[in-house]
Amino acid sequence: MEITIIAETQGDNLHPVTSQLVGAATSLGASPTVLCAGGAGADAAAGIAGVGKVLSVVGDCFSTFDGGAWAAAFDAAAGTGIIIGAASAQGRDVVARIAARRSIPVVQDVVAISQGLTMTHPIYSGKAMQEVTVGGDCAVTLRSNTFPPAGDGGSAESATVQQSGDVKIAVQEAIAKASARLDVSDADIIISGGRGMGSPDNFEHLYALSDKLGAAVGASRAAVDTWDEIPHSMQVGQTGKTVNPSLYIAVGISGAIQHLAGMRTSKYIVAINKDPEAPIFKVADYGIVSTWEEALPILGDEIAKIL
Amino acid sequence: MVEIAVLLKQVPDTNAKIVVVNGRVDESAIASWVTSPYDEYAFEAALQHTEAAGGSITAITLGPARADKVLKDAAALGVTKLVRIWQDDWQDLDSNQVQSALANAVTAAGADLVYCGKQSADRNQGSTGPGIAEILGAACITEVSESDSAGSYLRPTASGSERVTVSSPAVVTFTKTQNELRRPNVRGIMMAKRAQIEVVGGDVSASQVNFNGHSSPAQKPPGKTYEGSDSVPEVVGLLRDEAKVL
Repeated sequence: MEITIIAETQGDNLHPVTSQLVGAATSLGASPTVLCAGGAGADAAAGIAGVGKVLSVVGDCFSTFDGGAWAAAFDAAAGTGIIIGAASAQGRDVVARIAARRSIPVVQDVVAISQGLTMTHPIYSGKAMQEVTVGGDCAVTLRSNTFPPAGDGGSAESATVQQSGDVKIAVQEAIAKASARLDVSDADIIISGGRGMGSPDNFEHLYALSDKLGAAVGASRAAVDTWDEIPHSMQVGQTGKTVNPSLYIAVGISGAIQHLAGMRTSKYIVAINKDPEAPIFKVADYGIVSTWEEALPILGDEIAKIL
Repeated sequence: MVEIAVLLKQVPDTNAKIVVVNGRVDESAIASWVTSPYDEYAFEAALQHTEAAGGSITAITLGPARADKVLKDAAALGVTKLVRIWQDDWQDLDSNQVQSALANAVTAAGADLVYCGKQSADRNQGSTGPGIAEILGAACITEVSESDSAGSYLRPTASGSERVTVSSPAVVTFTKTQNELRRPNVRGIMMAKRAQIEVVGGDVSASQVNFNGHSSPAQKPPGKTYEGSDSVPEVVGLLRDEAKVL
């Protein structure tokens, strides 16, 4: 089976999810070719175990992001068969366009894949799962932190191809993030606050804890809708971001069904809520029935002790 | 003047419980159907864009007769061109079929711009905007959180955000914006009752995806609940020693 992977990059570096894409491809018996946009991360990609070949796709279009241009360049560089990318915003955009160019189906945000090609992906933000089979070529994006990563120690051959596409999107102004805080989409640990925090100012306690843990701070829809200070970019849930970190700490979040949909696949869930009947406790591995005012200072102290 | 096609999908209310019966999501158990939330932000952006620049909006949906509701809701806010695409097997259309049916409707509408949500609240795929753009030979800007009638759009980047412009035709997919969503007044609702919906066939080729079934997500084994903040040290210990996440 021929598999081509679109490497996920972070600036000039390879994003760690790329190893997970390779892990999934090798589990299907493939020795995948990895395409690197503008050559970013090519050396690191060649070092991932199981990679057959690394192709640096080099062209003018890779200086900014234009999904159409990138898809054109990757499409020209990639072989037939199965295209695999990461289910990030850019990954979904590019992979959907490659599929449309080739008139092959695209299945996004896959969480299980097996020969055949049978794939499972969440629908309704994880309130249900859908399984499909595609007999022919197709394009797929995989959810991060779901597939075991391939190890390192690979030594794949590398080559460079010149391919570009028509850039139609022009960047007028780059705006730096207001804060250097980690985004919930990228974090391995997330601490989220709900309306139970009482006021947006009290999120400072969550930020203080997140700084100790290297965590991102998220929020429930109720918190985002209630307080202008809490931006939608922090929202976890069906109308916000779907996350699956190793550890999710929900503070003052009752656990509305639309919030649970966005975080229930987190590996471990801790809930702190004063209401013992709160639905969040049904999905929590460790529930603490307490006010956040009492629990958070102790949590901060205990974490400081062990880190 | 600008011609904007807005793609509106009808989905279960995001607070609805989703129940799987015999390998299918049970739609009869869903009490409330709404316009997919991100599509509503796309629609509001289109209203503001046409109000400022002149032009008109065509609202397009794909689905059964109940989906007329999302078009009527758009009509109540002044949209007069309403198109519903109907395919018998609309639930099992694959990505190519959905995109080509919608792209045909966009072309028929003579639109320069397509506004839609970044993904639907039911399938969550996010393929439709970029896929339609590819078919139309258009650019696609995804996850836009701010737009103006001069054709500038704010999209997220790894280091923050960037304001971009695009040559038309273009597809723009929206995330939540700061815009307040307007609600129709009585006159709008009366007008919507008389609004005419054009129903068209999708005219698509065969599906390349075989639907195997829906299932409920795996349930986690029940966790442990502790009373009071005195339990915090014990939980932190378990996170370190049992869960090994600290």
